[in-house]
Amino acid sequence: MSTQTNELRLNRSRIRPGRIIAWTLLFIGGLLMVTPLLYMFSTSLKSAGQVYDLRLIPLEPTFNNYIKVLSDGRFMRWFFNSALVAVTVTLSNVFFDSLVGYTLAKFDFRGRNLVFIAILSTLMIPTEMLVIPWYLMSSKLGWLDSYWGIMFPGMMTAFGTFLMKQFFEGVPDDFLEAARVDGLNEFTIWWKVAMPLVTPAISALAIFTFLGNWTAFFWPLIVTTSRELYTLPVGLSSFAVEQSIQWEMIMTGAALATIPTLLVFLFFQRYIVRGVMLAGLKG
Amino acid sequence: MRIRTMLAGLAAGLSLMAVTAAQAVEIQYWQYVFETRVTAMDQLIKNFEAANPDITVKQVTFPYADYQTKVIASQAAGQGPDVLQFFYGWLDQFQKGGVLQPLDPAMFPSDKIESDFFPIVSAVKRGDSYYGLPTAVRSLALFYNKKLLDEAGVQPPQTLDELVDVATKTTKTDGGGNITSEGITLDFGGQDHQWWREVLVRQFGGVPYDADGNVAYNDEAGLKALEFYTGLQTDKKVGLAGFMDEGQAAFKAGLAALTIDGTFRLGAFKPITDFEWGVVELPANADGLRSNYASYFANGIGSGATGEKKAAAEKFLAYITSDEAMKVWLDVVGELPARRAAALTDANLSDPIYSPFLKALDYAKTTLFVDEAGQRQNAIDMVNRVFLEGQSPKDSLAQAAAAEQAIIDGARQK
Amino acid sequence: MATTAQTSSQGATRKGRTGFKLSLHGRKVVWAWTFLALPIVFYCWIRFYPTLSAFWMSLTDWDLLRPANFVGLANYQKLFADPLFWKVFGNTFLYLIIGTPISLVLSFVIAYYLDRVRFMHGLIRALYFLPFLTTAAALAWVWRWFYQPIPIGVFNDILAMLGFPAQPFLRSTTQALPSILVTGIWAGLGFQIIIFMAGLRAIPSTYYEAARVDGLGDWAILTKITLPLLKPTTVFLVVFSSIGFLRIFDQVYNMTTNDPGGPLNSTKPLVLMIYQTAFSSFQMGYAAAQTVVLFTILLAVSLLQLWVMRKR
Repeated sequence: MSTQTNELRLNRSRIRPGRIIAWTLLFIGGLLMVTPLLYMFSTSLKSAGQVYDLRLIPLEPTFNNYIKVLSDGRFMRWFFNSALVAVTVTLSNVFFDSLVGYTLAKFDFRGRNLVFIAILSTLMIPTEMLVIPWYLMSSKLGWLDSYWGIMFPGMMTAFGTFLMKQFFEGVPDDFLEAARVDGLNEFTIWWKVAMPLVTPAISALAIFTFLGNWTAFFWPLIVTTSRELYTLPVGLSSFAVEQSIQWEMIMTGAALATIPTLLVFLFFQRYIVRGVMLAGLKG
Repeated sequence: MRIRTMLAGLAAGLSLMAVTAAQAVEIQYWQYVFETRVTAMDQLIKNFEAANPDITVKQVTFPYADYQTKVIASQAAGQGPDVLQFFYGWLDQFQKGGVLQPLDPAMFPSDKIESDFFPIVSAVKRGDSYYGLPTAVRSLALFYNKKLLDEAGVQPPQTLDELVDVATKTTKTDGGGNITSEGITLDFGGQDHQWWREVLVRQFGGVPYDADGNVAYNDEAGLKALEFYTGLQTDKKVGLAGFMDEGQAAFKAGLAALTIDGTFRLGAFKPITDFEWGVVELPANADGLRSNYASYFANGIGSGATGEKKAAAEKFLAYITSDEAMKVWLDVVGELPARRAAALTDANLSDPIYSPFLKALDYAKTTLFVDEAGQRQNAIDMVNRVFLEGQSPKDSLAQAAAAEQAIIDGARQK
Repeated sequence: MATTAQTSSQGATRKGRTGFKLSLHGRKVVWAWTFLALPIVFYCWIRFYPTLSAFWMSLTDWDLLRPANFVGLANYQKLFADPLFWKVFGNTFLYLIIGTPISLVLSFVIAYYLDRVRFMHGLIRALYFLPFLTTAAALAWVWRWFYQPIPIGVFNDILAMLGFPAQPFLRSTTQALPSILVTGIWAGLGFQIIIFMAGLRAIPSTYYEAARVDGLGDWAILTKITLPLLKPTTVFLVVFSSIGFLRIFDQVYNMTTNDPGGPLNSTKPLVLMIYQTAFSSFQMGYAAAQTVVLFTILLAVSLLQLWVMRKR
């Protein structure tokens, strides 16, 4: 369908000069969009004296800044923290959001709509409002200086549940019934039959959840107390302030924080874009 | 036979447990994040743990902005630190939050404190008890870039007039009139607001606060002081607030000839290799009057520390306020020892870097803040209104005075 | 639905080992509630209870130093009488009113033309999407560096080269907010473009064919067919972006570290005010009241947008 549309348009307008102008502008726009990233990397390779030189390609590129930052060990620690948090929360969401979405889509019982609406209503509650009660709760329960403290608010989300429910509704009941007849219990049916049928949705959910938790700043800023526990964004922020505005060091830190997501994007670009599109269409 | 070996093993195991149980005293030390201070404390902890193998100290740090809240919240949840660092001006707030316990006079006798430490230590005394002891004290001085001054053929200024002169001769601009190297840094959020409060206001004939602690700078003297400061940018054009983002960044980069900063900045400036720099006392006014602002962070014992932890905490506190610790702090952070004997050594007094700071301690004043963050922000806004919104210094000063008085009144009510 | 029909026609009841008579349907209900048990506990404990707690806290004067006292609506009265609050309120809406239209128009135009591009489509799409994947906190520092005055700020250096006067950007009470907003728009553009493209591709080509047959030109097709059919996508993006701009924090916090929300509170959004009230001044009750106000604003704006866009 989409190829048809594109071809239709293209056939009519392949030679139009307007097309070339449009393409050029788009391309330049794209380059402008990534210019901040280019400057970030470029400055991270410069020494302190060269920072003020506007060239994109450094005169004498050096990896010293990276060596200095990494040898400190803190960035690796923060990287590890972010990875641990993001992966755990993503797995938790994939498991629980799917489970709840499936239950709400495929089971019929009294109170189902109530549960659904209740969960959906939490979408309206901004995390900023919950942050103070969460902080006080964590303080009392001793969760403040812990991974659990960073992770607990995001273990399940209404958005993920809603997304999965939408997708599970598209799963034909016959498959599930056949499995029941075969004697499988409900949990196995969900896990072995239903889940494989919604892998695009699962990957979309995983990508969103991972990205959101990797870049999260507000709650980790509030709940972490010791340097060793900072996630990458919080660590970078404190590092930048600590660096007393040594820009080449700050840019190196920012680059280190960004490189992982860029690599992931390079490898999974197609899935990520597809996931975003899926979420937007169903959302 | 087997039973005997078993019993022996059991006895060995039990005794081992007893030993390890005795070894397991861990205390926490909290301070705010500042690279050199954290490094210095790491070193002190290492020394202390080597001398006291039965105690381990864990250092926890927070960003400056949240420090007070996190300390108070943790205390409220019963998870406060055993030893913590606090700005002397926060003592009232911390006391209300029940964060600190008074120092045991048996371990820390008052008369020894008074004879050994500089008099400003009295700011952490309430009634008859001391609530903390400082490792270091800090005062302000004028840092100058020798290279830039030599290029312009000027000497480090001794008076305010000379300051303006030196700054003018060392300012560099480009074709468009933009400053490419400033004469003096203007960073009210740094130490400039202390300079204005306790030095300039006094040098122009006034006082920042009266004997009761109320705002007293909304007069001729305060106005002249503010006009002098803001005039550096608007009139003399020898500096630009926000240049290189922060004053100390400009100085470090060699793009500022003069900057006013505190002893704690010495550690950060040490690695500068591109140019030589020096320190002089803050300039005197035309009548030769000098003033300075001295302050300190004290170390106190958390109110939750009891029994074993309290004993360990007291030992640790005694160590980090000892001469040896102060020497380490001086070397790494650059802050002056809080004990007179450790500070006023011949070596220090003749050191060209330390002596201006030390001399200043004689005539320095210490502001009694009620809400340091709020009063600081108020001062920053006062200057920003003049720079960014074109408000007249007179109106901005009046507005700031009223706002600060409101802060002081509000704190008194609680 | 098919499932229920089957079970009722079977009508089978089986005795379980414990002796309970559970129908097939009944057993499934038990499974359903089992699946939902932990999540329900989670949502109640992590979402609903804290919400009530925040509402309750907003009615007290708690400041961590003393036990809380019930003060009714005093916090709200104080808030609405505080000129700082109205400044912050205005800032927050400025972020919304400037940010949402600009980013949506920009992203639509780019999506529209990008959709027609075949040559290096993937690469160009990647260029626009990359910023979305970056950490806001990290890139805020990059942009902050761009906005510095001469001699280190890229923008000012370029302006000087072109002969224009240097701009204060983050050091100006009028330019600071837009400067920070640009960072937010830049980061979100990629997401909006992808969503718009998905929406565009979902429009069946039959509509376009019919329009061409009728002799409609490009502009007419755009306004009469494409835009109306894109409405669900547009609604989704309007609401989603609005909520994002109203809650802006990461960029502001990192770009104004030495004068948070400054200069002179010209960039301070509501979330930063909440953060400062709670964690710099530890006035928990007052901060909770501010969060309730934020919640109300988000709810009102979302509902208003949904209502307005439904009418057309």
